[in-house]
Amino acid sequence: MQTNLRSQAGPYFGEFGGRFVAEPLIAALDELEATYLAAKADPSFVAELAELHKTYTGRPSIITEAQRFASQFGDMRIFLKREDLNHTGSHKINNVMGQALLAKRMGKKRIIAETGAGQHGVASATAAAYFGLDCVVYMGEVDTERQALNVARMKLLGAQVIPVTTGSRTLKDAINEALRDWVANVDNTHYLLGTVAGPHPFPTMVRDFHSVIGIEARAQMLELTGRLPDAVAACIGGGSNAIGIFHPFLDDQDVALWGFEAAGDGIDTPKHAATLSRGRPGVLHGARSYMLQDEDGQTMESHSISAGLDYPGVGPEHSWLKDLGRANYFGISDAEAMDAMRLLSRTEGIIPAIETAHALAGMKHLSTVLPAGAHILVNLSGRGDKDMETAGKYFGLLGDK
Amino acid sequence: MSITNDVLERNKESGRGTLIGYYPAGYPTKQDSIDSLVAMAENGCDILEIGVPYSDPAMDGLVIQHATEEAIANGFRLRDLFEIIKGVREKVDTPLLVMSYWNPVLSYGVEKFSEDLVSSGAQGMITPDLIPDEASKWIGLSDQHNLDRVFLVAPSSSDARVENNSKSSKGFVYSVSTMGITGERTELDRIARSVVSRVKSLGDTPTCVGVGISTADQVREVNSYADGAIVGTAFVKAYQQGGLAGLVSKTKELAGGLG
Repeated sequence: MQTNLRSQAGPYFGEFGGRFVAEPLIAALDELEATYLAAKADPSFVAELAELHKTYTGRPSIITEAQRFASQFGDMRIFLKREDLNHTGSHKINNVMGQALLAKRMGKKRIIAETGAGQHGVASATAAAYFGLDCVVYMGEVDTERQALNVARMKLLGAQVIPVTTGSRTLKDAINEALRDWVANVDNTHYLLGTVAGPHPFPTMVRDFHSVIGIEARAQMLELTGRLPDAVAACIGGGSNAIGIFHPFLDDQDVALWGFEAAGDGIDTPKHAATLSRGRPGVLHGARSYMLQDEDGQTMESHSISAGLDYPGVGPEHSWLKDLGRANYFGISDAEAMDAMRLLSRTEGIIPAIETAHALAGMKHLSTVLPAGAHILVNLSGRGDKDMETAGKYFGLLGDK
Repeated sequence: MSITNDVLERNKESGRGTLIGYYPAGYPTKQDSIDSLVAMAENGCDILEIGVPYSDPAMDGLVIQHATEEAIANGFRLRDLFEIIKGVREKVDTPLLVMSYWNPVLSYGVEKFSEDLVSSGAQGMITPDLIPDEASKWIGLSDQHNLDRVFLVAPSSSDARVENNSKSSKGFVYSVSTMGITGERTELDRIARSVVSRVKSLGDTPTCVGVGISTADQVREVNSYADGAIVGTAFVKAYQQGGLAGLVSKTKELAGGLG
């Protein structure tokens, strides 16, 4: 196996990635890439971002060992990287603060973002408020309904939320709408893409901004246990929290990497969002990667109880890691995820986002494939407050309205 | 070498100018789209552009999005595209280019797609989300099959990209002012003129322009500085409002802007 997996800088990850976008966007992507590369090499940018994370985001995030939760799965130790404790309640803020700083550097006064669960939208609206930028968030109409609380948060923060009524009215259509806006307003607007998909340099740049998760966690695990974990696990939709925690471990060959996708009604039903397990390579939203598509290359609608994982594409680096065999991807059904959400809540007093619950549900599978006594690091990517409506209905906690 | 190119040159020399009409395949049904394209050719379009309905048309405005969504909902399949082209070819010999987002082509197989373009009688393809940098396979196959390939240039494109995208194109290169739907017409026109003048100063590839054209005057104006005017939304809207008769009258109206 290659040992320099961490050094991939794009635009390609093997046969994946690239820039499959219309010509009018190329100059903006070039400008973004140049700005990012210059910023990355500029100690003052690195220091400014680190300071923001320390004094605003709340980094470093802690690690909590989940003993009562782990005891449900037999002999294993489970460590939670608490991205849910970040400001705004998920990992999304890591990337957003980085890109908002870049928008400032490029002199762009307006940011636009897509959002599924609303976490990235909330984080973007937060950064816009903090930096004094205009913010427009595109959100599928279906998602504005199931994540109404996050819509209210974004509006309170001063962002304009535009419900997207085309196509499947979910995350993929929100991205199309954001791309249309960007093409029309590219001079004054930065598209603050929230995941590791999209055209180069987004997959590389967003990964780099999130790799702080894995960099911290790797050091924390060494300090806490004296060794690297046997496996690192994360939920995966577009793949940003997963790549953030995976990336610093890519060249640690003894550390297994596990991404848990949304299998919706079940991986063998037509209603799922298990792009890596059940998709095939194609081009969606500007990059070549695995995707859910029909015989004609039309994007298929994905299904998941979790709005944040309800996406028929995935970041190109994950496609590459899958084909290399470096990372494993496994489907978790809605029901399994909801069980895990309740289990973590009741055993640890931590209510995870439904997205994150997919990674937690994966522990059952890992208990069957890892040796006894294994140490597993799980990215607890977000908190579940936003999901109380869905969970309340699912578990019958809301009573009669 | 390229029939499309010949038409553009001939119309330029004669002072007529060129009208290129876009219409989505399978909208609202297969047969309707054949009838529409034939009518457009018979009533003044010099070149036809047939759009492939796609689930994620990130570069289209609402009118075309809704039309292509309807085509898919009515059962459009990719293989129908070639039957539609054949259907048009039985009636008219107007040069015809396919306009497709890249994933349907990739999924069909670039090689088979190229072969079927040839066998159905199409002259080539416009690729809105495929830049020459990512197009080596298509460039090779279109050379091999003598198919036109139309890339885009934009106001934001660097001179190096304008030059390269023009050189990489065959038939013509597509100048876009902005692909968004905002902006005053006068401003769009100013921007389009500037893109076209850069294409002209950096090479000799003909270039056609699409800038939300909906009147005969605009067709005339665009032809005064570019090699052709591309009209899409106005034709789809005309069909929506007046059916085939509406489309015919819109085509005649816009062709009235030609010399």
